[in-house]
Amino acid sequence: MEQILANGLYLGAQYALIALGLTLIFALMNVLNFAHGQMYVLGGFVTYTVYGQLGLPFFVALGCSALTLAVVGALIERFLFRPVLARSHREESSMLLAAGIAFFMDAVILLVFGEKQRGVPKIVGGVLNWDFRLIMPYDRILIGVLALLSIAAFILFMSYSRTGRALRAMAQDRVAAQLMGVDVDRYAMIGFALGAMLAGLVGGLLVTITGVNLGMGGPTSIKAFLMVMIGGAGVISGAIAGGFILGMMESVGLTLLSAYGDITYLVIFASLMVFLAIRPQGLMGKPWG
Amino acid sequence: MQKRSLLRLAALATLSTAVATVSAVPSARAQNESLKIGFVGVTSGPAAAWGISNVRSMEALAAMLNEEGGVRIGDKTYDVEIVTFDDQKDPKRAIAGMEKMAQEGIHYVVGPNVDDGAAAVRPVAEQNGIIYIPYAFPKELYSPPASNAVLGMVANYQSGPAIYKYLKENEGVETVAFVSANESDPLSQRDSGVAAAKELGLEVVSDNVTYQVDTTDFTPVLTPVIRENPDLLVLSGVAPANAPQLIRSARELGYEGLISTETAQDAQVLSEGAGELANGFISVGGASTPEIASDRMNAFVDRYTKMFGEYNDESNTKVYALQYILDTLAAAPEAVDDVEAFKAAMDGFEAPNPFMKGEDAKLHYVGSSSFGQKRQLAVPLVVNVYRDGAFETLFVAEVD
Repeated sequence: MEQILANGLYLGAQYALIALGLTLIFALMNVLNFAHGQMYVLGGFVTYTVYGQLGLPFFVALGCSALTLAVVGALIERFLFRPVLARSHREESSMLLAAGIAFFMDAVILLVFGEKQRGVPKIVGGVLNWDFRLIMPYDRILIGVLALLSIAAFILFMSYSRTGRALRAMAQDRVAAQLMGVDVDRYAMIGFALGAMLAGLVGGLLVTITGVNLGMGGPTSIKAFLMVMIGGAGVISGAIAGGFILGMMESVGLTLLSAYGDITYLVIFASLMVFLAIRPQGLMGKPWG
Repeated sequence: MQKRSLLRLAALATLSTAVATVSAVPSARAQNESLKIGFVGVTSGPAAAWGISNVRSMEALAAMLNEEGGVRIGDKTYDVEIVTFDDQKDPKRAIAGMEKMAQEGIHYVVGPNVDDGAAAVRPVAEQNGIIYIPYAFPKELYSPPASNAVLGMVANYQSGPAIYKYLKENEGVETVAFVSANESDPLSQRDSGVAAAKELGLEVVSDNVTYQVDTTDFTPVLTPVIRENPDLLVLSGVAPANAPQLIRSARELGYEGLISTETAQDAQVLSEGAGELANGFISVGGASTPEIASDRMNAFVDRYTKMFGEYNDESNTKVYALQYILDTLAAAPEAVDDVEAFKAAMDGFEAPNPFMKGEDAKLHYVGSSSFGQKRQLAVPLVVNVYRDGAFETLFVAEVD
C-alpha cells in the first residue's frame, strides 16, 4: 500500500504540473493547446542538451528549458494565436492552429534532436528502501519535491503578484479586466509564455527520470486534457486535483489490476465517461464555462 | 509595399537558385537509369525510431552504391533511388503507401514495421506484383499461399528459444517473467516467448503484466513483476524508447536477475537512459560488433554517421534488406520488372555477405522450417550483451 501511495503521489505531482500550463492557457484565451505535449518534449530536449550533452549543472539546464519555452510560448501567442483570434471567432480556427503547431514542433524536434530516445545522467544516486515496503529512488523523490515546490510557487505567483492577479482577472472576465485597465494583449502573451514555461519546466524535470523522445508529445497532451477534464477546464485548483487523481488512479490500477491485463486505462476512461456524464464541467469547473 | 515586393523578389530568387541547384545534381549522374526501391513504414510518432533506422540505412547504402558508380544488374547500371512513405503505424496508411508504390511502378518495398501494417498491405502487394520485406512476425505472411512477403529479420520465435536455452545452460536460469506493451506485436511476441520458455522447461512466474505504449514511468508497472523475483525478465517486443526506462525501473526496484529482449536495441540509447544499470542486458543485434563486422559494415556505419549525425545500432539488421534486393536482382536481372523471376531466384540464391567477416558469411534466403518456403532474409542471429556503452557478442547463430 505504501508503494502504491508513493507512486501515486509522485505521478500526481508531475501530472499536475503538466496540466497547470494547459489549463492556464485555456482559462486566459479559451484555446485548447494541442501543442502542449510538444512543448513538454522540447523542454526535455533542452535540458538533455544543456545538462546531458554540454555538462552544465542541472538547475542551469532546467532554467534554460523554462526560459526557452517561455520565449517560444510568447512568440507563438504574439505571431500565431493573436492574429488568428483577432480575425476568427470560430473555436476550430485556434484548434486547427494548435494542431498545426504540434505537427510543426514534432517535425522540428525530429530534425534537430533525431528519432532516438534520449536520457541524461541521474541527478542523485541511491534508492530509498524501507524494508521492501516502499522502494523509491532518491532522484524520483527529489523530482517529486521539485514538482510540488513548482506548483506551490505557481499558486503563490498567481495569488499575490500583480501579474498573477491580472491573469486571474482576465481568466474570470476578459472584458471586465480590460475595462479595469488590464492590457489584455500583453497579459495574454505573458500567460501563454507562463503556460509554455510550465510545460518546459516539467519536461526538463522529467527527462532525468523518464528520458525524452519525439513521440511523447501527443500522449502527454492527451493525459493533460484528461486531467483538465477531471478537474474542470480553466480552473487552476482543478488541474492540480485532476493531476493527483489521475496519478493515484494509475498507481492503484497498475498494481491491483495487473493480474487482469492492461485494463487500468480502460477503467480510467470508463470511469471518466461516467463521471463526465454526471458532472460534465469537471470537479471544480462551472457549468457556464 | 515596395519593401514587400523586394522581399518577394528575394524569396523568388532564392527559390529559383535552390531549384536550379537541386535539378543540377541529377544531371551530373544522368548516365545511369534510376532503380526505385520503396519503403513503407513508421517514421513519426512513438515508434519512429524503427522506420527511420530503415529509411536511413537504405539511404546511406544507396548513397554508397551510387557514389561507387551504381549497381550493375544484367547489362544495365542503375542508380538506386529510395522512395519513402510514412504509414504512421496505421494499417490504413500502410495500404495507401503500398498503393503509392504500385502507382510509381515500384516492385520492391522494405516495410512495414509492424504486424497489422504488414498484414494490411498484403492484398495490394500481391495484386500489383510487389515483393515486400516486413519486420513483422505473423507466420501466415510468409507461408503458402502467401509468397510476396519476405521476413527482414530474425523472428522472436526463432531467437527467443535460442536465448532462453543459452541462459538456462550457461546462467542457470530456471524462472522467467514476461512484460510487454499492450499492442499486437509485443503481445504476440510475449505469447510465443512464453510457449518457448515452457517448452524448455522454464517456470513462467509472471506473463500477464502489460503497459500502455506511451508509458513513461514503469515503476508501478514493474512492481508486481519484481515481487516474483524471476531469474530472467523478458521485455517482449520492447521498443528502444522504452527499454532503458524498463531496465532502470527494474534495477531501482532491486531486481538483480537477468534482463533480455528479442528486439534490436541501440547502445547509445541504453547508455543515456539507464547508464550502468543496463550492463548485462541481452538483446538481438546485427553484425556490427567488432568481432564480426567487416570493413564494408564499418564503412556503412561511417557513411550513415556522416549523413545523419549519429548511428543507430538497429541499422545493423536493417541494412540487409536493400542489399538482398539488389543482389537478388543482380542474380536474376529479369526480376527488375517481374517479381515472379525474383521468387524463382530466391531458392538457389547465394552471394557473399559484405557486412560480416569471413568467406563463409553468405547472403541467402531461409525460412523453410518456419514457413515451409524460403521467405526470410538470412540475417545473422547475433545475440549481444550490453556493457559500459557498447554491445559485446554473446553468441552467433543462424536461423533454419
